Amino acid sequence: MKIVKVASAGTLESSDAFVEVAPAGEGVSLEIDSVVYAQFGEAIRQTVLDVLKDCGVEAACVRVADRGALECVLRARVETAVLRGKGEE
Amino acid sequence: MMRRSMLFLPGNNPNMLINGNCLGSDAVIFDLEDAVAPDQKDAARILVRNTLKYMDFRGCERIVRINSIGTPYWKEDLKALLPYKPDLILLPKTECAEDILTIDAYMTELGSQTGVMALIETALGVENAFCIASASKRVKALFLGAEDLTADLRCKRTKEGREIEYARHRLVVAARAAGVDVYDTPFTDVNDDEGIVSDASLAKALGFTGKASISPRHVEVINAVFSPTQKDVDYAYEVMEAIALAKEQGKGAISLHGKMIDAPIVARAEQTIAMAEALGMRRGDF
Repeated sequence: MKIVKVASAGTLESSDAFVEVAPAGEGVSLEIDSVVYAQFGEAIRQTVLDVLKDCGVEAACVRVADRGALECVLRARVETAVLRGKGEE
Repeated sequence: MMRRSMLFLPGNNPNMLINGNCLGSDAVIFDLEDAVAPDQKDAARILVRNTLKYMDFRGCERIVRINSIGTPYWKEDLKALLPYKPDLILLPKTECAEDILTIDAYMTELGSQTGVMALIETALGVENAFCIASASKRVKALFLGAEDLTADLRCKRTKEGREIEYARHRLVVAARAAGVDVYDTPFTDVNDDEGIVSDASLAKALGFTGKASISPRHVEVINAVFSPTQKDVDYAYEVMEAIALAKEQGKGAISLHGKMIDAPIVARAEQTIAMAEALGMRRGDF
């Protein structure tokens, strides 16, 4: 699945995450801002990468602003952003 | 399964969704319809799907209000959610038996056996209530939605609810005639603590199985109103003892505290005891 436009999902409210995806030449670049980064930064990174992989995204610029989202919420927001930013198949 | 209270949770609000199983209601309703803006339908659908997939709601039923069959969203909603086995699907704007047959056919196509609760919120739906309730075995309950109904009736929604008296009576009779449960509309003033008591008590007195709520604040009151009292439970056990004695004596009916005990009273006593057992209530001293 190819990201062809900038797209986002989620909010900056408590327990949510705001995720933005944008087209990229190759590879995934990931920027994470989280209120719990020290404790969960690596887990957040891995979750985002897992969802991108499940969606078949190989190249994207991804920005995550996490406000304490549970993993199931973060997964939902990444998937939604990807589906909104994907090209026609 | 006991369903005294059902709490609506907005489908695109993670904070509410993930805490939904701690708010005391017997069921939660993940709302993909009115609580979600059209441009967020996709986000809410995926979020609710993940909530069903990953969160443990043990002891609390999970109902999903999908979008109505008059919208482009309802099939996508079902396709995404049914694999994660919600306990019931709440179908808004149900107006006739054909609406039930339409959703029934699609759910069958998807291989789902999940039941449907029909949300009746138009004048046409009220008039067709029995046909809706008996359209398919998939229908497990009717649910009155008074806000949309009063808009359709072109009248003002009041706390007293005189404008929905007919609809309440009609839905209770239709649901009971079809052998399904029936749920009352939410009381929408979250700050009126006395109003919710009288509104829930009225619904209970009319024969509703339970009541929905849009606020966690109302859940405790609704649960209390729709639970049997200790006096009810004790009387129910007395009835069962009396009827057992009648059987021993070869009688169809027997007197208890000067009142004849017959089949309908026994049926009510059995319902009370079943509910008391589900709530962990025991027989008191009498």
